[in-house]
Amino acid sequence: MPSDGCSNSLAVKAAAGAQFLGPNRGPRLSKNPRAPLTEVPTTTSAHPGSPCGSASAKDSVEWEGRSLLKALIKKSALCGEQVHILGCEVSEEEFREGFDSNINSRLVYHDLFRDPLNWSKTGEALPGGPLEALRALCRRTDPGPVTIALDSLSWLLLHLPCTTLCQTLHTLSRQDSCHGDSSPGEQVHVLGLLHEELHGPGPLGALSSLAQTEVTLSGALGQASAHILYRRPQQRPSHQTQWFSILPDFSLELQRGPPLESQPYPDPHTPSMDPTTHLTFNLRLSKKEREAKDSLTLPFQFSSEKQQALLCPGLGQPTSHIFYEPDAYDDLDQEDPDDDLDV
Amino acid sequence: MFPELNNLLNTTPDQVEQGKLTLLCDAKTDGSFLVHHFLSFYLKANCKVCFVALIQSFSHYNIVGQKLGVSLTTARECGQLVFLEGLKSAVDVFFRPQEEPHPLQFLREANSGNLQPLYEFVQEALKPMDSGEAAWRCPVLLVDDLSVLLSLGVGAVAVLDFVHYCRATVCREWKGNVVALVHDSGDAEDEENDILLNGLGHQSHLILRAEGLATGFCKDVHGQPKGSS
Repeated sequence: MPSDGCSNSLAVKAAAGAQFLGPNRGPRLSKNPRAPLTEVPTTTSAHPGSPCGSASAKDSVEWEGRSLLKALIKKSALCGEQVHILGCEVSEEEFREGFDSNINSRLVYHDLFRDPLNWSKTGEALPGGPLEALRALCRRTDPGPVTIALDSLSWLLLHLPCTTLCQTLHTLSRQDSCHGDSSPGEQVHVLGLLHEELHGPGPLGALSSLAQTEVTLSGALGQASAHILYRRPQQRPSHQTQWFSILPDFSLELQRGPPLESQPYPDPHTPSMDPTTHLTFNLRLSKKEREAKDSLTLPFQFSSEKQQALLCPGLGQPTSHIFYEPDAYDDLDQEDPDDDLDV
Repeated sequence: MFPELNNLLNTTPDQVEQGKLTLLCDAKTDGSFLVHHFLSFYLKANCKVCFVALIQSFSHYNIVGQKLGVSLTTARECGQLVFLEGLKSAVDVFFRPQEEPHPLQFLREANSGNLQPLYEFVQEALKPMDSGEAAWRCPVLLVDDLSVLLSLGVGAVAVLDFVHYCRATVCREWKGNVVALVHDSGDAEDEENDILLNGLGHQSHLILRAEGLATGFCKDVHGQPKGSS
């Protein structure tokens, strides 16, 4: 954590909850969720040799993450950090749009957008292609805390082998521990933008394991949300969801939640219409009709009268008899043939 | 062009937005009407158009274009339209010396190459004239369609790189527009197509999606369009 008390990591935490610095710090949200972030956190010192933090923001076509990346970069720049951007997906002019000159002066844009594969052969491309450009960031020797933003990790993952990219990112994140006697001020924060739908679970998992903080963007009802996963050494990962919006100047604003959709409550004063009026058929019975209905005996209803009529023969009706004359071949067996059934 | 689409997009041939990548996408329906719309739209808007037509013949697009009020033959003759007829020139690849570059050079290659020759063709077709006055409003690249490149053996990343370079040159440097059609395979698990579609979705300024009706086929209503930017 830089010792100048910059609000950077808290800004990251409150806005997207992403703590992208090494020391363990729980999330803290500003008291008024709607106010732009201005709190300054207390300082802690980095553990020597601890990995500098890295955070990845996973977005989708529906909920884009570049605005959040730019918002986090703005916070870093406001803290006085220098920000190196490896820009693969948008031009430098487009990326710098929306930042004022104070912020822009702290951004160094490494342009992999114009000619990443050296097709133009004009000599303007970054030498060595994307991998060399990434490794060059590892080798830079600027003093002071620095933030490295990768826009985007997806582009790098599509053009470099996953293992090579992971190894290089690992080197990038552990930069300060490589310089043996570095002061706590020289810390590297790495931010990466990843388009989740472009990759399979293997590469996504590999990149996830490198990041201390993962921010997955989604939303509802037009409001963006960030699901934040913190990984701290020797502790269980913790989850948090934070609703936010990004202002035109790339400031982060926290929200309580998605805007409530206005419920269409029925007006209690409006009398409800009786649906049984103006019908072409009769729904009601008169008294006579009701009596006739109640006294009707249904043909298959088994009443006690019917039972008696069946059991007792009527007067003058001969009782029925069954006469059976067995012939020579009949086998008269008085036993019940179903006795042996175990039913 | 279809006036209803112009109303939907709040644009007319006199007021053309520049520097944009528009992704046309169709799912369970035929989105080629969008291609015909944009072709006639940009020709009417006096833009220089490079049309990479891989699906149909020139005469097909010409016939439809005439119904929409443009003549592709006239546009091609006066230099406004550069037309790459994929169906015809694909055969040329095999009957010319290998040293001569051809936009569809990838058809000859055993492993999925890159689309640099195709990009160079587009670059040559749309580069601004050296003369001071611009004859046309802005350069436009139209591709019908990108999904067929996957079927022809080009990898999704190679197609994304091609669109990336077109965007960098045509949109960013020359302030022109790129319009490309991609089919959405939907339930059919086509990983390469999904990577292409999602990757282009992230690159695009505007996505126009034509979907079949959820209730199935209907004689008079064929689908519903959806736009997002």
